[in-house]
Amino acid sequence: MRTRPNYTAAVMTFIWLIIISVPLYAVVVTAFKPQAGYITDGPLSLPSSFTLDNIVTVLSGDFPRYVLNTLVVTAMTVAIVMVLAVPVGYAVVRGQSWLTSSVFRLFLLGLAIPSQAVVIPLFLLINQLGLYDTLWAVALPTAAFALPVSVLVLTGAMRDISNELYEAMALDGASPGRILTTLVIPLSKSGIATIGVFAALQAWNGFLFPLIFTQSSSAKLVTTGLYDYIAQYGANVPALMAAVMLSAVPILLVYLFARRALVAGLMGAGGK
Amino acid sequence: MVSLTATRRVTRQPEARRVAPSVGRPGVVWALPGLIFFAVFAVLPMAGVAYLSLTDWNGLSSPQFVGLENWARFTTDPQILQSIWLTAVLLVGNVAVQMPISILLGVWAAGHQRNRAVLSAIFFLPLLLSTAATAIMWRQLLDPNFGVPAQLAAVFGGDGNFVGTPRGAMIALVIVTSWQFVPFHSLLFQGAARAIPHTLYQAAMIDGAGRVRQFFSITLPQLRNTIVTSGTFMVVGGLTAFDVVLVLTNGGPGTDTTILPFRMYREAFQTYNYGYGSAIALLLLIVATAVSLLLVRLSGYDKMQSTQEGV
Repeated sequence: MRTRPNYTAAVMTFIWLIIISVPLYAVVVTAFKPQAGYITDGPLSLPSSFTLDNIVTVLSGDFPRYVLNTLVVTAMTVAIVMVLAVPVGYAVVRGQSWLTSSVFRLFLLGLAIPSQAVVIPLFLLINQLGLYDTLWAVALPTAAFALPVSVLVLTGAMRDISNELYEAMALDGASPGRILTTLVIPLSKSGIATIGVFAALQAWNGFLFPLIFTQSSSAKLVTTGLYDYIAQYGANVPALMAAVMLSAVPILLVYLFARRALVAGLMGAGGK
Repeated sequence: MVSLTATRRVTRQPEARRVAPSVGRPGVVWALPGLIFFAVFAVLPMAGVAYLSLTDWNGLSSPQFVGLENWARFTTDPQILQSIWLTAVLLVGNVAVQMPISILLGVWAAGHQRNRAVLSAIFFLPLLLSTAATAIMWRQLLDPNFGVPAQLAAVFGGDGNFVGTPRGAMIALVIVTSWQFVPFHSLLFQGAARAIPHTLYQAAMIDGAGRVRQFFSITLPQLRNTIVTSGTFMVVGGLTAFDVVLVLTNGGPGTDTTILPFRMYREAFQTYNYGYGSAIALLLLIVATAVSLLLVRLSGYDKMQSTQEGV
């Protein structure tokens, strides 16, 4: 059945296309403008002269270290979440005691805790543990706050594994540990990938924890580093825009090579 | 569903006799490491914030127990009332702007036309930027001296200081949040719209229903659950907006965009009133929990248990 073209939708999506692309365009062209050119031409005009100076300015400063720090925090967060959430999901789905279902309910309630609400006692805790101004200070709470969504996603994936498979393994006398490694983990791979991407996004985008739990530039992350650049670069807007642009490059690479996993992880991320 | 699980139970009877039900079942021990970790970094701090809200503490000396003094202060603190009001305004603004755009875009993107797929890929791009990066980008675009308003002001007059007015700053927060999160919500609606049975639309077309009628009589009712989920994300997102406020308006002009989470940050980490800050944090926690419980009720997450039937 052919329908006539939807002109209203075409006009509206065109407007949205402009709203989405103009700011992104402004970031990219500004990143390649000389500073003097920006002040006279403003953010939207095409660069009258093209320069890589801004990129060089950003990359020769602390920015590469911020990226490296963020990658380390991201890796730590993902590792902690995976190691902890997988056994929890397994116990919730296959465990029989009332305790395991209470565990599930506790994590469901945990979905509701906004990180802002507990940041003051966490600050105290981080100080007590002697972790202030380290990458662990960011990774540990970020991982903890990624756990509820991860458990929810994993229990969903693990419930899809058929009961007969579990029973066949139990009949052969397999221990819970063996069932987890040979059956549950291979069959819930996509769920595990989702929580990996989700945890990585939480760590990559996190702002409040690094802002409050770290201070020195040796422990600074990309998001808080960008925030510092507002004051540091001042009127050098092209350099600031170059930093904004460069900060998106790692996720852009993930988007190009693992779009499906990224979208699934984002949908999990929306739960926070 | 009921009959299905019933038959499965019957067929499983012989097996159940051969294997004891507990064989190969993980005990609660498996959940302990995750549970303890979560308790230490999320649950205990909740108790901590409740305790600290009853104290006067500057972060250096030990906390002094003052009972409900911080809570009594809520009733006399005009700034906290302003913060609550601003938080509510931001919530309503976020939902009112994002919801219609997200639904329309999501439903539109659910079509399988080639051009829609290409445009959808572009519409996804804001999701690649962190909130900090997005806010900095907009901060420069809206800058009164070097940004777009300055150029527009040269044409239309005015001083171009859009973010410098109370109303303009609030509108800017809604615009920036929407720019960043509409792509995400429209993804949710795209998925939900694709799941609507096509036969519903065919039946409607046979009955002579036009495009608009189909949207209001089929699409919208079918998206009900996603609207609830998405709306709650928007509300919670608005309740906990922090980085966008810090970067874009820094709570200003004056205190005209100082919403609750930002006020908590100010109180605790800039003026070192950890006790009063904790009381604000607890208020935030209570509101967020109430909203999330509503989400759990409406979306049926709490009925997840039922899929375990027959295990």
